[in-house]
Amino acid sequence: MESTNNLEKFQTIIDADTKIEPKDWMPEDYRKHLIRQISQHAHSEVIGMQPEGNWITRAPSLRAKLILLAKIQDEAGHGLYLYSACETLGISREELIDQLHTGKAKYSSIFNYPAVTWADIGAIGWLVDGAAIVNQISLQRTSYGPYSRAMIRICKEESFHQRQGYEIMGKLALGTPEQKEMAQDALNRWWWPSLMMFGPHDSDSPHSGKAMTWRIKRESNDVLRQRFIDKTVQQAEVIGLKIPDDKLKWNEAKGVYEHGEINWEEFNQVINGNGPLNKIRLANHISAHENGAWVREAANAYAAKQKKEVLVA
Amino acid sequence: MTKQEALFSYTLRLGDNALILGHRLSEWSSKGPLLEEDIAMTNMALDLIGRADAMLKYAAQVEGKGRTEDDLAYKRGERQFLCNLIVQLPNGDFGYTIARQLIMSAFDLCLYEELVKSKDETIAAISAKAVKEVKYHLKFATDWTLRLGDGTEESHQRIQKSFNDIWMYTGELFEMNEVDAILIKEGIAVDLNSLKARWKKIMTEVLLEATLTVPADAYMQTGSRKGVHTENLGYILAEMQYLQRAYPDAKW
Ligand SMILES: [Fe+2]
Ligand SMILES: [Fe+2]
Repeated sequence: MESTNNLEKFQTIIDADTKIEPKDWMPEDYRKHLIRQISQHAHSEVIGMQPEGNWITRAPSLRAKLILLAKIQDEAGHGLYLYSACETLGISREELIDQLHTGKAKYSSIFNYPAVTWADIGAIGWLVDGAAIVNQISLQRTSYGPYSRAMIRICKEESFHQRQGYEIMGKLALGTPEQKEMAQDALNRWWWPSLMMFGPHDSDSPHSGKAMTWRIKRESNDVLRQRFIDKTVQQAEVIGLKIPDDKLKWNEAKGVYEHGEINWEEFNQVINGNGPLNKIRLANHISAHENGAWVREAANAYAAKQKKEVLVA
Repeated sequence: MTKQEALFSYTLRLGDNALILGHRLSEWSSKGPLLEEDIAMTNMALDLIGRADAMLKYAAQVEGKGRTEDDLAYKRGERQFLCNLIVQLPNGDFGYTIARQLIMSAFDLCLYEELVKSKDETIAAISAKAVKEVKYHLKFATDWTLRLGDGTEESHQRIQKSFNDIWMYTGELFEMNEVDAILIKEGIAVDLNSLKARWKKIMTEVLLEATLTVPADAYMQTGSRKGVHTENLGYILAEMQYLQRAYPDAKW
């Protein structure tokens, strides 16, 4: 029962910054919110493999190919940690995948944009992973134990992702004129969607209230976005690329960069399924899943036979 | 043919096999039947492309014309590649990829366990690392052959068909030419004939345990030792080499 007594006790635990563990009592809304957030995070890791995977076979050097493969493998691993964390809340992996396929669960909209040139692989690592890290570092202090521990593990690998992307961009920016153009073009296309990754402004953020009280979320969308902008603008300067925002300027008094208005119309369109690749990313995931059905059935049948043999033996 | 030319050709052969098989496995990214299998495929691709990198680096050094491992991977044409036909074949379904992987991992295990004793120190060192990796690949392919072979009726039929279809590409793995003759004499290469029995034994044991039939050794395809490949290789190279060829002055 969700008596006021339980709720109060729960809040006291949260306020003391003690982690909530799977067997602890928790309000139904807390569980629901976590399932939504962690599964969305897990699906993002997995769907995010697609734009980068698009370039594995075309990576321009053996070294670049090895780094990209290792990075994508990490992302798949992150997906696994997060599915496991989510399963501790009493939902199965199959149900989670099903929610993804029916559209009930979302993934980060950023992966609905296409990786059209090799420079996009640089931009994704630098900006998309760069933005993800800012969010994930903050989430290391989230109140749910398994989620927090998954974030700590993931953050250890993420800084390599951001660095490899920045390295690709740096090489291109210092390369031939065509390469530099490729790098600037990728930055132009990925900059704004990366800022959108942090979600709506705090003033229009529908889920933030309770998430903050329950310390699932520790810092607001705008705070995290600002942190990302401030570190990334300087990195762009170092490699001689220009952030595609005419209103971007350093505010001496506040010690932050001011930025132009984000196109929330585009954000809403992509979230609502009208991004360039929403349908294709999902269709790819569904078709891989369906093509693998006979393999999973075989594995289950084999496991069942082995179990029987053990019982008979 | 000089010893140096033979060694260059031999290291290309080993490097190209790893590169193209790794390429094929890397195509499984985001397509695996389970996320765990996706990771395992990528992992094997990483091992193989890593091995290709080391082997081609050495090939470039042996050649001594200032080329790099990337020049060899990205700037040779179809007829200059020396990988076996089997690694070029399209992935097919998961079972087909597993069948090919079992064949190749068993072959690589037999090969590299011998090459660890090669008088060429670089080949021996790369082989020592390869053996560790290949043992895992063989276990992965074995486990899946068992599951699919002794799983459902459908999976049994599918993987049996895959082994039947692919079998005609296995003979070529053991073909030898002047390159082998020269390097066997030097204690650098291994006599591939001597690996056949052990390879066949591994294959037979796994397939029988998986309730599958070992296909008969009928007519075998050939060509790769002369650089005459499948039609698939051209497409693989077109994709793999596209950036290096489109921007010849660029460094990546
Ligand atoms: Fe990740
Ligand atoms: Fe990442």
